[in-house]
Amino acid sequence: MELVLAGLVGFLVAGGAYLMMSGQLIRFLFGLVLLSNAANLAIFAAGRLTYATPPFVLSGQAAPAAGVANALPQALILTAIVIGFGLLAFALALAFRAWQALGTTEMDAMRACEPVNLTVGKKDEIGLDGPQAYARKEREAAE
Amino acid sequence: MSSGMLLVWPIALPMVTAVLTLVLRRSPTGNSVSLVGAVALLAAGVALLRHVLEFGPISAQMGSWAAPFGITLFADILSAAMVVIAGIVAVAVVIYSRQDVTEDERGVGFHALSHSLLVGVCGAFLTGDVFNLYVWFEVMLIASFGLLVIGGRRDQMDAAVKYVGLNLIATLAFLTGVGILYGAAGTLNMADLHLTLADRQNETAVLAAAAMLLFAFGAKAAMFPVFAWLPASYHTPAFATSALFAALLTKVGVYALLRVFTIVFDGSGGFLQPILLIGAVLTMVVGVLGAAAQNDVRRILSFHIISQIGYMVLGLALFTPLAIIGAIFYLFHHIIVKANLFFVAGVIRWKAGSEELDKIGGLLKASPLLAVLFLIPALSLAGVPPLSGFWAKFIIVQASLEARDWWVALAALAVGLITLFSMTKIWLAAFWKEHPDAEPAGMPVAPRSMIWPIATLAVMTVIIGIGAGPLYATAEEAAVTLLDPLAYVEVVLGSEAVAEARAAEQKDLQIAEVAQ
Repeated sequence: MELVLAGLVGFLVAGGAYLMMSGQLIRFLFGLVLLSNAANLAIFAAGRLTYATPPFVLSGQAAPAAGVANALPQALILTAIVIGFGLLAFALALAFRAWQALGTTEMDAMRACEPVNLTVGKKDEIGLDGPQAYARKEREAAE
Repeated sequence: MSSGMLLVWPIALPMVTAVLTLVLRRSPTGNSVSLVGAVALLAAGVALLRHVLEFGPISAQMGSWAAPFGITLFADILSAAMVVIAGIVAVAVVIYSRQDVTEDERGVGFHALSHSLLVGVCGAFLTGDVFNLYVWFEVMLIASFGLLVIGGRRDQMDAAVKYVGLNLIATLAFLTGVGILYGAAGTLNMADLHLTLADRQNETAVLAAAAMLLFAFGAKAAMFPVFAWLPASYHTPAFATSALFAALLTKVGVYALLRVFTIVFDGSGGFLQPILLIGAVLTMVVGVLGAAAQNDVRRILSFHIISQIGYMVLGLALFTPLAIIGAIFYLFHHIIVKANLFFVAGVIRWKAGSEELDKIGGLLKASPLLAVLFLIPALSLAGVPPLSGFWAKFIIVQASLEARDWWVALAALAVGLITLFSMTKIWLAAFWKEHPDAEPAGMPVAPRSMIWPIATLAVMTVIIGIGAGPLYATAEEAAVTLLDPLAYVEVVLGSEAVAEARAAEQKDLQIAEVAQ
């Protein structure tokens, strides 16, 4: 079972990394989702997998029987899922606002926070939404 | 009051303040509540530090679940002093924000988010549990996301996308590292981890966890090559926010490195030390060269954060007692100086109307006082005696000379020189040359709520510089728990556990002797 999970984690990380490097903001966020699931599964697998032995202390005993499932990794994962959910919700809202403000989700064209001189001379190679198009739009708006 | 509560106050007070300021975010009383909260945090920090200085490190088990099963809070001189400095920065930022942060920005919760950030920062300084450290990092991170987008300008959105994306990757690496660590050791309590992993440092799983955590903390601390989120974002929010970030965020990363790579992992071990050393030197050099290429006050300062982080990590990488003391001293000095420089950048913007070096000038004539207040932190950052930065750099360079790492010492000195070049660049452009459009006499007067925090932090820089002795002594004492992790373990798990560990160590030594 560990082997299956390990393979799945590897698959998720590979898929996540591929999506994140595709240069699209939305795919980047989907990549993050895959990565965070991979991290959670890794914790799950690291906590040792046991089959159908709930971690209960039977009445009259001081400690649970040997070989029960480890409850701690599940608690950790639950915490991580909750945190991850909050972060992702923020990231999606931010992506929407960024799209509204910048008019693009193309990572190469998102240059509003960079100094102007870095983008000078790179003609419209990044497409319609490139920095030159922005500079032009801004000039037009100013006029 | 029990000593356990001393550990809880620095986390609980900003939490309460955050809730109150959220409720009062649209009312003018919110500002006062925020200031009271920040002062209370500072007072809680001072009380904790006094207790720790007098009675030694303390720990408390939350909910009375005995260590290593519950969440442990721990404070030694290092963490208590960090809480005090966070409190100082908090007070300065809240006062500075009165004029710097607009009413609209306060209306969406500037103060509430700032105090939430402080909750995360103080929690990270005080926790004794690796998973809990992850949670505090998240608290800090989500608050910083909010602070970064307050204002909602276009460049802020772009900066936030980069900041959020890259920090989330680091976070996931942190989480995975924690998972692997738990799989290898079966515990996440730092003291317990030290005992469990003492003779297992070279196991694959432990090394994998160390590598993941090194990546994660390195990214949080803005080490080379994972610093790109910092210069992309720090120049976009309000100046008070920039100063808060510059003072505290990366330093929490450095603190986590110092803590985890002394107690949980052996930072002087064969595989980690060269990575830390080369990483530290490249961080210094790349940061300072990046700064030299910039033409905007806050961008220059942002790149200098990176280069200064290099010095602190260098202290950890050298791993001699003197170097660790140097790293701690550097940490103390840097927070004060860096926050102050970002404050000064705000006043430059206020008076001269821009942050771009080409568009400003004439400030020496307009305000000689501001010129002095800029020179103190700027020269301290570059390491000019007798200011605080000189002693910080002096200790680190001395440590690298003692370790006979000549090229490291050379790099540290050269980076100091280029830092001076960057500071001179700001000086020449903002203060010395004429303003391209405005007359010095016609510049707006900076409000006192902006000048006072700057002046106070500048005085502190001078005091640290002239009276470096006491702070050095404090850093020396603070290094004790980092250099002797069993002292840390003893506070958390009790002396029996340590006696056992020491006995086992003796036995190993004897076996090794017999084998020889």
